[in-house]
Amino acid sequence: MDIKTLKVNLLKFQSIIALLIMVIILSLLTDRFLTTENSWNIMRQISVNLIVSVGMTLVILTAGIDLSVGSVLALCGAITAGLLKFGAGFADANIYIGFTLFGAITGGILAGSLLGWFNGLVITRFRVPPFVATLAMLTIARGLTMLWTGGFPITGFEGNMAFIGTGWLLGIPMPVWIAAAVVAGAVVLTKKKPLGRHIYAVGGNEKAAALSGLNVRRIKIIVYTIAGALAAVGGIIVTSRLDSAQPNAGMGLELDSIAAVVIGGTSLSGGKGSIMGTVQGALIIGVLNNGLVLLNVSPFWQQVVKGVVILLAVVIEKFNSRSE
Amino acid sequence: MENRAAGKTVIEARNISKEFSGNYALTDVSLKIYPGKVNAIVGENGAGKSTLMKILSGVYTGYQGEVVYNGRTVTFSGTAEAQESGIAIIHQELNLVQNMTVAENIFLGREPLTRLGFTDYGRMHEITRELTQRLHLDVDPATPVFQLRTGQQQLVEIARALHLESSILIMDEPTSSLSENESELLFMIIRKLKEKGVAIIYISHKIEELLHIADNFTALRDGRVTGSMDIGEDIVSDDIIRMMVGRDIISRDKDVRATDSKELLKVTDLVFRNPKLKPPYLVNNVSFSLNRGEILGVSGLMGAGRSEMLEALFGLHSDYVSGNIFVEGKPVNINSVQDAIRAGMALVPEDRQLQGLIMAMNVAGNTTLVSPEKITSAGFINRKKEMQLCRRFRDKLNIRLSSFDQPVDTLSGGNQQKVLIAKWLACGPKILLLDEPTRGVDIGAKQEIYNIIDELALGGMGIIMVSSELPEILSMSDRILVFSASQLTATLKRDEADEEKIMKAATVNLK
Repeated sequence: MDIKTLKVNLLKFQSIIALLIMVIILSLLTDRFLTTENSWNIMRQISVNLIVSVGMTLVILTAGIDLSVGSVLALCGAITAGLLKFGAGFADANIYIGFTLFGAITGGILAGSLLGWFNGLVITRFRVPPFVATLAMLTIARGLTMLWTGGFPITGFEGNMAFIGTGWLLGIPMPVWIAAAVVAGAVVLTKKKPLGRHIYAVGGNEKAAALSGLNVRRIKIIVYTIAGALAAVGGIIVTSRLDSAQPNAGMGLELDSIAAVVIGGTSLSGGKGSIMGTVQGALIIGVLNNGLVLLNVSPFWQQVVKGVVILLAVVIEKFNSRSE
Repeated sequence: MENRAAGKTVIEARNISKEFSGNYALTDVSLKIYPGKVNAIVGENGAGKSTLMKILSGVYTGYQGEVVYNGRTVTFSGTAEAQESGIAIIHQELNLVQNMTVAENIFLGREPLTRLGFTDYGRMHEITRELTQRLHLDVDPATPVFQLRTGQQQLVEIARALHLESSILIMDEPTSSLSENESELLFMIIRKLKEKGVAIIYISHKIEELLHIADNFTALRDGRVTGSMDIGEDIVSDDIIRMMVGRDIISRDKDVRATDSKELLKVTDLVFRNPKLKPPYLVNNVSFSLNRGEILGVSGLMGAGRSEMLEALFGLHSDYVSGNIFVEGKPVNINSVQDAIRAGMALVPEDRQLQGLIMAMNVAGNTTLVSPEKITSAGFINRKKEMQLCRRFRDKLNIRLSSFDQPVDTLSGGNQQKVLIAKWLACGPKILLLDEPTRGVDIGAKQEIYNIIDELALGGMGIIMVSSELPEILSMSDRILVFSASQLTATLKRDEADEEKIMKAATVNLK
């Protein structure tokens, strides 16, 4: 292998290399980092961000953005929690509907899809820029969460609810199973389904995509709907893990999620990037968070370090794409 | 290189080589540019012309060899420094800020200030008016650039370069989107600049135009200089073409091809109302028909409504379009691009980078974009089927590439155009609408595209081809529609058409 192909390969695997370097450094600095327990810990911690980031990746591939994922996560987690614990009742009509675990989860995911679909509708039908449309949804969904919960956590569930967030299956934590399934589905979508191609096409050149007979509107609505649904999945996992739906869950999650996508090499201008890149991005953020905590770095410094890493990742990415 | 009578050079490239990730775009290229002359550079796309110009104008700063400017070796740190030293370039791709006005674009980075330090819009607009008048460009300096047609934008770009009053002016295919009248005007301005001693470096594919305006030639092929000569009596276009492509071009035979008399497409009373209201119609009450195997040329000046006619047919702007369309005798309702594709139409748009291709996507993705059902099994993309489809069209259109996974923006212009055509052929259309199918492709690829179009017509496809190049229209078409000011002003048969008749019809109803 000559130097040139070596360089190309190094560029291709830069995120993995960065990750390895971080792992090596952290395992030298602390004994508590490279243990089986901590590894599962990291995986479990990143799974929610990863699930949400998969949806974010699809949105960003179409040259859009979804700032509402954190609030949608909170609202859908609360909806699932509320349905499970209290059911849906209409006192005036003397109607009470109880929900099974499956029903409550379905309700939460449906709500997330609906909110995402609404984002897409506003963006395509009324031509509101994605940044603004989803910024509005960020507030709306957070407000709805407060209304739904009355501002207090919904706590304590019976049955198998806790299993989703804290259970293990075949030696692997449930959230990791769910994240893996979501990632697998998204990889198949982007690599093997025409719709995946169309998502890249819309982000790469919307005009050309429209001239090619692609239904640009429909494609955009689909990605925002998926992003909403995946935020709901994240919300259900968080609620299950804490045994409580917190009204302020997922605050600032949109930033972690965008960071994972960007560190993973997906271009904010659309058309370029990959799901596996986002997996690496989420891993880098997860390892970084975990390592900084283990090293007893102050939370204030943690934020600074995270920001610097995001900057570095993007600068390196730009530098590489120019040298190509 | 022979000693020219012209005397001192103003800028010289000496033994320049430039490498892009292992491939040499230029190898040991030397070039002399003389003041007060039009120094033409010819070569196919991908021959290295643009790369060389980018080195001279400071866009690329890393290269081997040296640039000698006014007798001294220089290394520009970037375009700003080159511009300050008097080298201006009009790029092939338009480099205008679409949301800014004509005046703001011309003065971008050099805005005149009032005494209080605010932008002096009065002076900006005044000078802009002078510049645009010189170019006979009838637009208000306060018009945002995106409202202008491509040809007008090109003139704005030229105005910007004129305003720099540089001693070297590089023009990279300046006429590629200009009408004949606009080009004539540009040549007049070039002659005036020559008198002032400005050195013009002129890149073009249009041989006729070069014979008309150039003083000397340098030909590039595959990144090397393959010949150079001063213009003289004995140089004919074939010599230049031979220098460029290293082979002779077979001219198309002028026989009238027997076309099937079966009517494929009939359009009556096609109207496209202007969303911007002025002028009221972009296509005004146009009717025509197209037979199987026929090539219908569409000629006219820039802005005459030719592209708009194709877009109206293809289901774009359906809110503003009315009229009757019949495919194989049956009326069809076309309200979207999807409808048009279903009716058997395909549109290869004018601007392959902005409207045609997904530049960052690979060749395979672009080729199969419109035909997902041909490459899927049970809804999933089948790599084998996809490669089969790609290979078929690569061979059919002779697309030169190293891999189907290569992004299209790494291909040359001609090959990009072929991928764009392949994409539309892949969905098996009956009617192919082509908008400037050979714009910005080199002569070799041009000839290949002509052959492809011919072959498709022989196979029974009906083809409507919009083109600004009269020789292309005259040699390719079985019949010619001429548009002027949104109206169809003439329908000419191949054997009765000539340049004069077309130009007359193209200007008949202009005020």
